[in-house]
Amino acid sequence: MKTVEELERIRKQAQAMTRLREGGETTKIVVGMGTCGIAAGARETLSAIMDELARRNIQDVIVTQTGCIGLCEQEPIITVVMPGREKVAYGKVSMEKARKIVASHVVNGQVVGEWVIPTG
Amino acid sequence: MQFYRSHVLVCGGTPCVLEGCRAVRDALTGELKRLGLDEEIRVIETGCLGPCALGPVIVVYPEGTLYEKVTVSDVPQIVEEHLLKGRIVRSLTGEGRLRGIVSYEEPAYLETQERIVLRNCGIIDPSSIEEYIASDGYRALAKCLTEMEPCDVIEVVKQSGLVGRGGAAFPTGLKWGFTANADADEKFIICNADEGEPGTFKDRLVLEGDPHSILEAMAIAGYAVGARRGFVYIRGEYGLSIHRINQGIQQAKAMGLLGEDIFGSGFSFDVEVRKGAGAYVCGEETALIESMEGGRGEPRFKPPYPGTHGFLGKPTVVNNVETLANIPPIILNGADWYRGFGTLRCPGTKVFTMTGDINSKGLIEVPMGITLRKIIYEIGGGIPEGRKFKMAQTGGTSGGCLPSEMLDVPMDYFTLPEMGSALGSGALLIMDDSHCIVDIAESFMRFFARESCGKCVPCREGTARLHDIVKNLAQGNGTYEDLRVLKDLSHAMQKTALCGLGQSAPIPIMTMLKYFGDEFEAHIKDRLCPTGTCRL
Repeated sequence: MKTVEELERIRKQAQAMTRLREGGETTKIVVGMGTCGIAAGARETLSAIMDELARRNIQDVIVTQTGCIGLCEQEPIITVVMPGREKVAYGKVSMEKARKIVASHVVNGQVVGEWVIPTG
Repeated sequence: MQFYRSHVLVCGGTPCVLEGCRAVRDALTGELKRLGLDEEIRVIETGCLGPCALGPVIVVYPEGTLYEKVTVSDVPQIVEEHLLKGRIVRSLTGEGRLRGIVSYEEPAYLETQERIVLRNCGIIDPSSIEEYIASDGYRALAKCLTEMEPCDVIEVVKQSGLVGRGGAAFPTGLKWGFTANADADEKFIICNADEGEPGTFKDRLVLEGDPHSILEAMAIAGYAVGARRGFVYIRGEYGLSIHRINQGIQQAKAMGLLGEDIFGSGFSFDVEVRKGAGAYVCGEETALIESMEGGRGEPRFKPPYPGTHGFLGKPTVVNNVETLANIPPIILNGADWYRGFGTLRCPGTKVFTMTGDINSKGLIEVPMGITLRKIIYEIGGGIPEGRKFKMAQTGGTSGGCLPSEMLDVPMDYFTLPEMGSALGSGALLIMDDSHCIVDIAESFMRFFARESCGKCVPCREGTARLHDIVKNLAQGNGTYEDLRVLKDLSHAMQKTALCGLGQSAPIPIMTMLKYFGDEFEAHIKDRLCPTGTCRL
């Protein structure tokens, strides 16, 4: 290695790989993966989210799952949690909807109003 | 780059390997493949996570869930419930006691810990140089080579107050200074990884868990003192350490972080591994050098010291693994930052390996000056089965034995010697009240009698006599005269033995006589053991 800049470049790249283990504040997408969610296609929804994030080379988003939250009717449900903002739950998220939510909400910060599950 | 939604860290430290973590890892990758999750979940074998008694240990991120004592049959449940459905398997979780554990409250186990040496252990994949670079790896070397003069580097290390962590507590900056000032055509850096102190396994776990931190520190030391070659002297039994260091050397060379003209600075540095054959005395630096040169592992007469006359008669810096692991963060963050940890006289942290009668056996790193009570009861979880604390041996077999009255003594390199003990390499052997002190003394002395290299008379004869006398006492044939001889002999050995082995072999006996004298007397006078557990 001949320059410090080269090291810095490798460091930035490699950090994307380990960021998942750091904790801290970052955007989180939670997919409901209870039996109801899986039956309604949550597995495919999760794959679509993963694929969309990879396609856009987004590294600082955490994708995680949760169990049934009691709204089985609305499954697959995904929740987008962004630091400093209220969390938003989407219902009946198909693969296409999931891709759209990543593009609109996660990337551009625009909540996709029509698919949001209203909360009291 | 592949994007993963979850990382599963499988502790691959030797203690977990012995508990079968490899089988767990294979089951995990198999199960993930079966469910088609292998594209989105990454399995990583890391270095030691710390709670060695709970192995095999795995941690699932991003949740940071710690699973303890995982067996192959637990794997399908963890994969299906946690990794597929996102439901943490509570029946297998620990209490969230490690760094980065986000889903559980963090009790004292971690709050009292301060991880500088172990900053990457159990967090990164030790077989990946990229992951080391991601956590600021090789930035300290870059800083030294591009922004600092060698004398500045030595000055920072001096100012940090770092002292040798192998046991002798010699100021590291001063040591480097001697070698830097010595005039010679060639100089060497040796990393002493001949960790022979019974009950100590910190160096092994650092080498296994974060090999690049040692290589980076050696290159920094080389730059500071003007050496172009370094050696890691690792005991031959440490197979995984040797493998990881060799792998690290290859990776660093491939990236040009070792080798010729590093960072275009004109500085070149290479590292090789030398395997030791397992003699206890070879941890002593001159015996280590003797062994590297192909001679018998026996200490040399000092002075001259290795700093000016070391390997092949050339100026040589010999530093312990843990000492070196402190160097990169000190360079990056500065001496004042380092002085913010520990005590005024003894800054920084210390890695301890806890063994014996304690609930949480394993590897911890705490600020210097912490009390034994805090380590045992807050971090270690206390003594098992509700028994009473009897004694703690600090610093390995050649360290002193401290009774319960000493539980509040600050643990550092200056206070413990004042109590007749030593901090040493950081082995902590905890014993409850079911152990007979004379029995313990006998086993310690047997160790030294066997490990004495025989070069000097005080140690060769002394360790054998100490063992004979204590053995006699343990069998109920001792006299009061024996106790006097033990003290005299110990005194003579401390004053006259050639190296640390003979000088410190009597330390356990001296402290035992001081704090547990009545138990020895009971073995003589009543021919009875107060604990009722020894062979008497």
